[in-house]
Amino acid sequence: MTIDQQSNAKASRRDFLKLTWAALGGLAAIEIGGLALAYMQPRLAEGEFGGQIIAGKVDDFPPGSVSHIPNGRFYLARLADGGFLAIYQRCTHLGCNVPWDQTQAAFICPCHNSQFTPEGELINPPAPRPLDIFPISIQDGEVIVDTGQPIQRQHFEPSQVVYA
Amino acid sequence: MPEETQPDQGTPLSRMRRRLAPPEFPTDDRSRMRMVVDSLVLHLHPTKVPQSTLRWSYTWGLGGLSALLVTMLAVTGVFLQMNYTPSPPQAYLDVLALRTGTWFGDLLRNIHHWSANLLIITSVLHLLRVFFTGAHRPPRELNWLLGVGMLLLVVAANFTGYLLPWDQLAFWAITVGTSILSYIPLVGQPLSRLLLGGPEVGPPTLLTFYSLHISFIPLGILALMAYHFWRVRKDGGLTIPKSASQQEQPAPERVTTIPHLVRREAVWAASWVAILFIFSMLIPAPLEGIADPAVSPNPAKAPWYFLGIQELLLHFHPLVGAVIIPALGLAALALLPFYDVQLENIGVYFRSYRGRYMSLLAAGGAILLTPLWVVLDEFVLDWAAWLPDWPTLLSNGAIPLAVVLLGLFALDEVLHKALRAKTEERVLALFIFLFTALVVLTIIGIFFRGPGMALYWPWEMPTTYH
Repeated sequence: MTIDQQSNAKASRRDFLKLTWAALGGLAAIEIGGLALAYMQPRLAEGEFGGQIIAGKVDDFPPGSVSHIPNGRFYLARLADGGFLAIYQRCTHLGCNVPWDQTQAAFICPCHNSQFTPEGELINPPAPRPLDIFPISIQDGEVIVDTGQPIQRQHFEPSQVVYA
Repeated sequence: MPEETQPDQGTPLSRMRRRLAPPEFPTDDRSRMRMVVDSLVLHLHPTKVPQSTLRWSYTWGLGGLSALLVTMLAVTGVFLQMNYTPSPPQAYLDVLALRTGTWFGDLLRNIHHWSANLLIITSVLHLLRVFFTGAHRPPRELNWLLGVGMLLLVVAANFTGYLLPWDQLAFWAITVGTSILSYIPLVGQPLSRLLLGGPEVGPPTLLTFYSLHISFIPLGILALMAYHFWRVRKDGGLTIPKSASQQEQPAPERVTTIPHLVRREAVWAASWVAILFIFSMLIPAPLEGIADPAVSPNPAKAPWYFLGIQELLLHFHPLVGAVIIPALGLAALALLPFYDVQLENIGVYFRSYRGRYMSLLAAGGAILLTPLWVVLDEFVLDWAAWLPDWPTLLSNGAIPLAVVLLGLFALDEVLHKALRAKTEERVLALFIFLFTALVVLTIIGIFFRGPGMALYWPWEMPTTYH
């Protein structure tokens, strides 16, 4: 490599310092932005919505029933085969609360008439997907629901059902 | 100089009065000019302005009115803060106490509420006036961008303020409004979670919205306002009004800002302060029952300025209705001074006589076609059912969007080929068509959507909602 090519290929001292300052400035901005985002993350309280909720004893929920758990903001659906689903009450369309309609055996949203099966599967748009669900664990005969993060799903699948 | 360093004569009281009281108006021209130049007003305005820009029916005083409303909002807002706790349920109780337990608290709240809503309208009208007179064109592109930025901040201020009374109206409007946000791909849901401080509207949301409402957003508006005013002067002041028949820009006759402009501004501001007071005494700001997260009202609507977008959501897949169409519209609006750049006809309302005719045609077309399309889509078109095997993003999103875009293309072809419209007239007519369509959709969303978001005539609207 000749000297000419070398001086073309390498950055001058001034360019190097400029680039270093720019990189350091960018790094600082990213750090501070990250700190701000981390600081603004929601705080979660135990025992309230957003934490672990004890829905009740397994035997309190007869198969083929849908029960509202108000402090957890979900419906505990026990399917005919005895499996459990914890269905978030918030409509996947625009966030209204979806009441359970016992006579029609469906969730019917008052806001835009979206309808869902007892499993939360979408029957009628404008909602784009089934109702969200929460993870369930069953310990000592009690149904415990983690309301920390709703799970989105494109369809109802048997693998979502939890058995005692 | 010994004369100038001599202390003032007289008692401390008379010296104080001489320094603080306005000086007597001088009689000779030179001193009068000096007084004008030294005035505080002239940090904002130039010493002389073209007489023709003072005509009320040219600017309609919309920028000044918006600035007045921002001032009113800042002053009433600070007083409202003194009687408010941003925490449920105390927030709602504080608003009740403001109405019944304070002197003039109700009036203060009403003025704040109505000024905020009026500000959205005056900001949009100001934007329209600027566009209709071509005042967004070079060299004023940057000021147009600043204006669009301020419009977004005004909407943000209004939206965050909407939650603060913590009544049913506030709670569900913000629930629906932030749900629209969560349809943005990838960032929408984390962003909505961050804003809400959790998965739903709750106590953290109120505190976050309150903080933004009283700090970053008003600071941003004030900073952009200062920049905006400064740019007006750097860009050579207001555009000079011109009639469509004039070929040459007439040489403007200039008059002194004091008193010609300042007197008009004072009368305008005083009139609007009076209007706001009287209106706020007669019509109270709405307040419903305390927010109940368990009971959604039926219908649940976003704040009125978002009802055009909510109406789109009834007709398009959420990704198209809430994200793609608004984003395209906003981009087209912000970038307007970079593709509508012709330097002729600046200062002429609607560009030309033909421009006026085409504007009327576009507005009339939108007033006719938009409700037609809404009714057609409500009762006849059902792409999702006709194409059951297609994903809804295509059947309910891409297909109707393609139909709408084809319609706009056809409109442009008619303007271009049949009416021989120039480029600037086509941009004008398409802008007016889309803006009128948005207004019509918003009106439908406000007045024609009832329980279950079904269509009703406003006079047949069921009054029992739940």
